[in-house]
Amino acid sequence: MSAPSSSMGDTMTDTPFDRPASPPAPARPVRPFFWSVRRELWENPAIWIAPLAVAALVIVGACVAALSTHGGKSVHRTVATAAQTAPPSQTTTISQSTPDGGVTVQKVIKVEGPPPTPEQRRAMVALPFYMVTAAMLVTMFLVAVFYCLGGLFNERRDRSILFWKSLPVGNLTTVLAKIVAPMVILPAVTLAIALATEVTLYAIGALAFATHGQGADADVPVPFADIVAVAAYSTVVLSLWWAPVYAWLLMVSGWAKRAPFLWAVLPPLGLAVAERIAFGTTYLGRLIQSRLTGAGETAFVVPKPPAHGIPSIGIEQIDAAKFVSSPGLWLGLLAAAGMIAVAVWMRRRREPI
Amino acid sequence: MACIEARGLRKAYKTTVALDGVDLKVEEGRILGLIGPNGAGKSTALNAILGLSPYEGELRVLGRDPWTERDKLMTDVCFIADVAVLPRWMKVSQALDYVAGVHPRFDRARAEAFLAKTQIKLASKVRELSKGMVTQLHLALIMAIDAKLLVLDEPTLGLDLLYRKQFYDTLLNDYFDNSRTIVVTTHQVEEIQDILTDLMFIDHGRIVLDTSMEALDARFTEVMVGPDQLAAARGLGPVRERQLFGRSVLLFDGVDRARLAPLGEVRTPSIADLFVALIGGQDKGAAK
Repeated sequence: MSAPSSSMGDTMTDTPFDRPASPPAPARPVRPFFWSVRRELWENPAIWIAPLAVAALVIVGACVAALSTHGGKSVHRTVATAAQTAPPSQTTTISQSTPDGGVTVQKVIKVEGPPPTPEQRRAMVALPFYMVTAAMLVTMFLVAVFYCLGGLFNERRDRSILFWKSLPVGNLTTVLAKIVAPMVILPAVTLAIALATEVTLYAIGALAFATHGQGADADVPVPFADIVAVAAYSTVVLSLWWAPVYAWLLMVSGWAKRAPFLWAVLPPLGLAVAERIAFGTTYLGRLIQSRLTGAGETAFVVPKPPAHGIPSIGIEQIDAAKFVSSPGLWLGLLAAAGMIAVAVWMRRRREPI
Repeated sequence: MACIEARGLRKAYKTTVALDGVDLKVEEGRILGLIGPNGAGKSTALNAILGLSPYEGELRVLGRDPWTERDKLMTDVCFIADVAVLPRWMKVSQALDYVAGVHPRFDRARAEAFLAKTQIKLASKVRELSKGMVTQLHLALIMAIDAKLLVLDEPTLGLDLLYRKQFYDTLLNDYFDNSRTIVVTTHQVEEIQDILTDLMFIDHGRIVLDTSMEALDARFTEVMVGPDQLAAARGLGPVRERQLFGRSVLLFDGVDRARLAPLGEVRTPSIADLFVALIGGQDKGAAK
């Protein structure tokens, strides 16, 4: 096809109408689901770029902190106290990274009187690592939200759905690939990058300690087993807990003709407000809120208020039995399955925009 | 078994009837041109054939119901539904990987050989290609698929003349054989005139003309007559009359050429002339 040379007349001399039928090619084995997932990763590099970007920020921040710290403080402590303005000898930042979406509560308290107990010191050493986990999980949620909003919308807007549908890949396969990406692939990528970042963070801390000498918390071991267990558990819990959120967004993206974000957010919000005005109740609002931020209390032992304002997070807070037996989890998954079924039905019928 | 068989195919939207009881039969190994004005129901018919939208009536494509058995059907059916619908973010190599990964009848070597003859690079993204190149890429993918039915809906819309010509030449020379069936719609009828074996006109959701090209030659005749023969020619009942260089050109349906030859210069009308006569004239109420 190098040059469009032959005229239509020439074409006819090569009588294709008399050409014998070519023997049917042997059918090759195919993996439609695998390649559909690959396709999602090609189309949405944010799935790995966004967590990597957060990791890069954390590591650069830790490096800067390590370099600008002169003796006396380990990088762990430095990261934990990065938000404070007053000298660390007088105040300490307390940050609680709850694993239910990484709501981070920060407050600066005056440290007076007795030095911190060993428990408090252990918690402070672990804190930056939990903060990294929380930041990664928030990133995961944001990436998943925008992924799902485009999932069944973009292919209709750019009309590429006409290409996808010209291939023998069913709507069920396609939609399942589009829910597996935010629920399985993205969490796995996020967790791997989060753990790698935490190991790097630890190495930077150790290096800073080695070069700067004695650190305030250097004698306290980093509880790596707890950090990994909590990160992995939180990732799994959140992915399951948020499944109906993802499915809702995916369903709306398959339905909306424009502005899927607004269609996904405004109607539930409007209904919640209407309920409040009409009946004075807040069932829907609380339902939405618990779906967004309620995973923590469903999946973890809610710790007693810490004696000295320092939270402790660890393996002992993991309560898988409570999570697995919570109706919220299963009702959510059921709702997600229903909405995915609707999304499949919609993809079959909806035309390019 | 006919490749496509429809009886009473009907599709109504809220305010319009897009297909109004269409009967059609396309045998294997044919190249059918489906021609009609905008909004005539061409795309609606193709969407039904491709299982992209539900319909009323009876429809079988390769012996299957395209709406309920679409997933199986798409192994044997391929289509280009519009120009440049390949996803813009995709790399050429990814397109090859993907189609090879999901299509049991895709011959990757063939697609690559075809691409090697173009300016398209495997590392390019679709968004970096010109519209013509995107069409070439799509054609390369489609032609490497051993499908029984290929449907082309305005596959060359907006492309320049060279790409359009090349598109149909390649299709005919490198793809078509007796076991395949091609259905094509286009507004540039003169470009596909010579490759078609069958022709179908559709207007207002109805089939206006359904004929093989051989039958068309025998059935329709155009005569260029001078003023002296005009009255005699009009007496034979032309379907349409038009003026060309001061002479009258009359189109006849089913009138023996032997009777027309004495009246003037006889020839087979082009599809475009026929289209204007049968569909353009209908709107004006001039034709039968």
